[in-house]
Amino acid sequence: MTRVFISRDMASMALGADAVADAFTKAGCDVVRTGSRGLFAIEPLVEVETEAGRIAYGPVGPEDTARVLDGSHPNRIGQIEEHPFFSGQQRFTFSRCGVIDPLSIADYAANGGWKGLEAAYALSPQAVVDAVKASGLRGRGGAGFPTGIKWQTVLDAAADEKFIICNADEGDSGTFADRMLMEGDPFHLIEGMAIAGHAVGASHGYIYIRSEYPFAVETMRAAIARSAAKIAPFTLEVRVGAGSYVCGEETSLLESIEGKRGEVRAKPPLPAIEGLWGKPTVINNVLSLSAVPFILSEGPQAYADVGFGRSRGTMPIQIAGNVKNGGLYEIGFGVTLGELVNQIGGGTASGRPVRAVQVGGPLGAYLPPSMFHLPFDYEAFAEAGGLIGHAGITVFDDTVDMARMARFAMEFCAAESCGKCTPCRIGSTRGTELIDRIMAKAPRAAGTLETLPQIRNARTAARTHDEEIDLLRDLCDTMKHGSLCALGGFTPYPVLSALDHFPEDFGASPALTEAAE
Amino acid sequence: MTFTREKDFGTPEKHGETVSLTIDGQQVSVPAGTSIMRAAAMVDTAIPKLCATDSLESFGSCRMCLVEIEGRKGYPASCTTPVSPDMVVRTETEKLRKLRRGVMELYISDHPLDCLTCSANGDCELQDVAGSVGLRDVRFGYEGASHLEGCKDESNPYFTFDPAKCIVCSRCVRACDEVQGTLALTVDGRGFASKISASQDEGFLASECVSCGACVQACPTSALIENTVIEKGTPERAVVTTCAYCGVGCTFRAEMRGEDLVRMVPWKQGKANHGHSCVKGRFAWGYAQHRDRVLNPMVRASVDEPWREVSWDEAIAHVASEFRRIQNAYGTRAIGGVTSSRCTNEETFLVQKLIRQGFGNNNVDTCARVCHSPTGYGLKTTFGTSAGTQDFDSVEQADVVLVIGANPTDGHPVFGSRLKKRLRQGAKLIVIDPRRIDLVRSPHVEAGYHLPLRPGTNVALLTAMAHVIVTEGLVDEAYVRERCDGEAYGEWAAFVSEPARSPEAIEDLIGVPAADVRAAARLYATGGGKSGGRGAIYYGLGVTEHSQGSSTVMAIANLAMATGNVGKPGTGVNPLRGQNNVQGSCDMGSFPHELPGYRHVSDSATRALFEADWGTALDAEPGLRINNMLDAATDGTFKGIFIQGEDILQSDPNTTHVAAGLAAMECVVVQDLFLNETANYAHVFLPGSTFLEKDGTFTNAERRIQRVRKVMEPKNGYADWEVVQLVANAMGLGWTYTHPSQVMDEIARLTPTFAGVNYDVLEQRGSVQWPMNAAAPEGTPTMHIDHFVRGKGLFVVTDYVPTDERTGPRFPLLLTTGRILSQYNVGAQTRRTPNEAWHAEDRLEIHPHDAENRGIRDGDWVSLRSRAGETSLRALITDRVAPGVVYTTFHHPDTQANVITTDFSDWATNCPEYKVTAVQVAPSNGPSEWQKSYRAQAEQSRRIEPAEPAE
Repeated sequence: MTRVFISRDMASMALGADAVADAFTKAGCDVVRTGSRGLFAIEPLVEVETEAGRIAYGPVGPEDTARVLDGSHPNRIGQIEEHPFFSGQQRFTFSRCGVIDPLSIADYAANGGWKGLEAAYALSPQAVVDAVKASGLRGRGGAGFPTGIKWQTVLDAAADEKFIICNADEGDSGTFADRMLMEGDPFHLIEGMAIAGHAVGASHGYIYIRSEYPFAVETMRAAIARSAAKIAPFTLEVRVGAGSYVCGEETSLLESIEGKRGEVRAKPPLPAIEGLWGKPTVINNVLSLSAVPFILSEGPQAYADVGFGRSRGTMPIQIAGNVKNGGLYEIGFGVTLGELVNQIGGGTASGRPVRAVQVGGPLGAYLPPSMFHLPFDYEAFAEAGGLIGHAGITVFDDTVDMARMARFAMEFCAAESCGKCTPCRIGSTRGTELIDRIMAKAPRAAGTLETLPQIRNARTAARTHDEEIDLLRDLCDTMKHGSLCALGGFTPYPVLSALDHFPEDFGASPALTEAAE
Repeated sequence: MTFTREKDFGTPEKHGETVSLTIDGQQVSVPAGTSIMRAAAMVDTAIPKLCATDSLESFGSCRMCLVEIEGRKGYPASCTTPVSPDMVVRTETEKLRKLRRGVMELYISDHPLDCLTCSANGDCELQDVAGSVGLRDVRFGYEGASHLEGCKDESNPYFTFDPAKCIVCSRCVRACDEVQGTLALTVDGRGFASKISASQDEGFLASECVSCGACVQACPTSALIENTVIEKGTPERAVVTTCAYCGVGCTFRAEMRGEDLVRMVPWKQGKANHGHSCVKGRFAWGYAQHRDRVLNPMVRASVDEPWREVSWDEAIAHVASEFRRIQNAYGTRAIGGVTSSRCTNEETFLVQKLIRQGFGNNNVDTCARVCHSPTGYGLKTTFGTSAGTQDFDSVEQADVVLVIGANPTDGHPVFGSRLKKRLRQGAKLIVIDPRRIDLVRSPHVEAGYHLPLRPGTNVALLTAMAHVIVTEGLVDEAYVRERCDGEAYGEWAAFVSEPARSPEAIEDLIGVPAADVRAAARLYATGGGKSGGRGAIYYGLGVTEHSQGSSTVMAIANLAMATGNVGKPGTGVNPLRGQNNVQGSCDMGSFPHELPGYRHVSDSATRALFEADWGTALDAEPGLRINNMLDAATDGTFKGIFIQGEDILQSDPNTTHVAAGLAAMECVVVQDLFLNETANYAHVFLPGSTFLEKDGTFTNAERRIQRVRKVMEPKNGYADWEVVQLVANAMGLGWTYTHPSQVMDEIARLTPTFAGVNYDVLEQRGSVQWPMNAAAPEGTPTMHIDHFVRGKGLFVVTDYVPTDERTGPRFPLLLTTGRILSQYNVGAQTRRTPNEAWHAEDRLEIHPHDAENRGIRDGDWVSLRSRAGETSLRALITDRVAPGVVYTTFHHPDTQANVITTDFSDWATNCPEYKVTAVQVAPSNGPSEWQKSYRAQAEQSRRIEPAEPAE
């Protein structure tokens, strides 16, 4: 019986992978459902096991079984590793994703699984923490804080109980790496968390998954059940979010797990010292924890050898939006933005020129093509007024209205604000109203109340357009420096970057750089 | 001077090593862990703030308190950032001003602008901060999305919630969570839609809110504000005084406009309450101005006649002449008096002095007879002092708390909140109570063990716990060897070790599984299972008001001694006293056998001390207890009584017996604020004054002596101590007190445990805990630290003796009584306040099984019958009570709960057995015949003859 491999990843299924799998089963094939390889232009992807290795075809429809099985299908790719989208990748974290049956613990072990955990168990907790420090791994959730230092703090904190929390509340627009890994290689995350548990002395872990990821929830739960004996006495459980973006912020995530309103906590105290239920807690992103097995099995130096500047190792970059080759691309830091968008991403799907890309989710800056020379690196992006975040890139062509995008940032903040701090709670709503006026070119006239004789201090003259823009900048300043967490604090990034790089969309003359041409 | 609130340091006080830093160029040294905000406040640098207040943990939401710190990027919030050594902080820079103004601009874009007509005008933090940041223009305008359309919630009788004035700082929510521990409030919705919600958006009255006022106090604007401030305006001065409700002894700032009390705000420096309050002390003071208050003295020849208003002179002269007439006719001991646990120490002292010096006998008793007299007896016997061993702060160090026969969240709410706070921090809880009180399970609090014993079996249960502790080797032997009487311990240990005392042997008797008793005993004995853990016992009238009340107190003392849990913070035996000054009234010699300071009247040395000071010989024979006075009255040998501030007809057991005793007297003098139930049988009524109208001191359950300060002139003309002096002088005693401080000086002079107490000391320290003398110059927060007051702690064998009050076919249920948060004692005060909104009638709690057997539905009128009498009230069907047990409160005179209660009482002290009465319950049509005739008699008796118009 011929073995074929077809993804059961949520994105692949959205593209019709289930019907394709059914068709191959009917055709008498032994269908192995895997995770996704990560390039959605070729999904549904079918890989047929042959003497010459796994031969890939994609995209494939349910009517294509015969032509795939006899090798005549026009979308024959050959060995997937040789496809240009994959040949340049450095898959440290996603090495098994799309290759194995995600819930086969035997496949996992046969493909290098548990090596990191076994290496960790042979070391003292401090030695494990030292290895993570030496690897230069930084938090992949967005903040880029050195993971080893966080673990050291938790290891050093004296407590009767400690916790490992995996933040899988992947809410940034255009990001899907966490989901792909949980659906495609769940034991990998479990291994990373078990290593973390050993390293800091935690006996229990939580995986906090957003409710929009039902397949990931199901897969992780099944994988936890199957690997319980392997990671014992460390135990794991899945907690499902309730639709709040801000619960991806680590302290409101803690509140959510504790059963409370998803509201941000002030820091200090750091979660590493007083986290879940007041106990020392490691909170790491899926990708941070999943980088750890490689570091332990291959050694920290192997990881640190890859990268750029202070950004070491690989980053699974997610390319989305109006782009030809949408998908996940894992590579060492240092690749330029232009390479990612134009070469790897293949430019826009619409074929029109790229006007802007947003890097780092809805709170990331909009960057024009003039900044495509930027290397993918925490420091380089920060210096350029942007952020890497969770490494999602959303591409826009020249039909985009950047004032609308700025408004969307404020609107998103207003919709997702937890309501605790004032700049975010009220500022985001005022920001939306203000950008509406700016877009309508209708600066605010004095209101009824302001013109009453009882009100002496209010200005009665109408505001000018420039004054409204100044007010928007002031508001962004208040939100950036005054907000309690990154939601309110980073909302100004997309707003100000749109305003700075695309002033013409806000009713001003075009930016100098472009005007000079 | 304009009104100011107490200084708010923004974040709570911390204790740690000293850290030095620089704030705006000023060198500051504060304990480690202190926030920058608090450190700044300590050098009078007021960083703008809205969400921070020093009664709550820092929160960091308003973003007004941002500062700059050298070497750190960004603008950290000073409330959530702790100080660190050599930190250099700047609180005012151009950038900070701009940020703060930016945040304030957002606030004001969604806030009403009518400050001048706002009830918080002049007392609003938002207004103050807007002023301090110099906001001059709201560039967003006032026509964006807002919350200005919200409807006011005026359901609570004492405060109003106006959501339009709310800035969503969460101070109210956090106060409800952290301070009160009720968790009734929440922030509903998120982002811009966030709003404060009581329970599930049910309105404050219908919600779980207990109206403690913590949210109102915490609110920085007028979103939550007292209705009295809305009505009267902000106060202009404040006087610190002590609450006249329960024995917790909360101190308040009485905030005044002239002689008008605007509001009572709990005083942050109060050692008993630390700035917290309950619905009674905070809000239910309106009785003081209630129209029912009687302001003129009244006299009548017979209780059938209407009252006749007379002058003070006439009333006082009448009292003196009647008492002297009765003594001449029936003997020196034919009259007596009752002191009040609601009056001050000084007043109580003067009443017993009047009786001992003026009446020439020891016929003085007090309401403690019917509540905590077994505490006095039991703790004096075992430890050597008739009082609790700890201060309330002690609970913060307890690791396991055993609550028996007390319902702190209702009866002693401010202590209840402090206990719940400690439980939320992880201390373990054991509840011994027939009823499932709130502490057994409420938000974030759950008892490790609830032992719902059969009423009347306390001694058997506590002895079984002792059995477990002794036989399982959990005794702190080193402590017992060093601190306790060895011989007595040996006897006791042998007694409790007998198999007949085991939990298994008494399982059927007490109705609690033996395994639970064993587990609870282990938990207490092992300090909550924590190495070096500390165990504390808190108890109330569910312990004392039994035929074995004194035995139960001693059984508790035995447990504490056996486990080494006396003599250090976090441990001890803590009676929760019922009334504001019940500790004080006992201290002041209110019992017929004891002079002030618990010294027996037969002790001639002590007597000589008083005789020398008072210039008269004192009776060496103990006098009559209340029930003995009543017995003697029906026997015809006791004819006159002076009752100050007590309503014995309603509060004492077996009402018909009390009525008969009073009816048999020739001169019953009642001094009270209102025509209470006892006054129905009185011949002279002397109007009383409220705690707001006099100076003095109260002593709370932790032996803490605190000042009561006069904030207004007595509406009736005289403070109660002055009235006692008038009577005394009319009887020829020649007293010359011009201020209660002179009375305290006399108390100190004559009472060794009070030797160091005087008003100057109280003024300086705020309060002191007795003993306060040369041996304890700072007072005594924790007693028995190195040794017991009596020398060696005395274990007392407490054999369980069942009460004579038994259930049987005719009376198959056991009635037990208690109280509720919103009402106080016999309700004379709280019934005359809007607290009626929560508890307008007493209800009979009955288990669904017992109700169904009798065909009773929720809300039905039922008759409640015992061997002593019958009354009617409405049923409340609930599984809070076990099958076979019914429960009611006794706050309403119509209920006549004490018509039911029997004459049985504590073997040692005659404290009535209120907590166990065998009863039958049956459906009924409404009030009983007794209730109807009582009501008619009361109406008849309360008539006041209109005064002759002056011509």
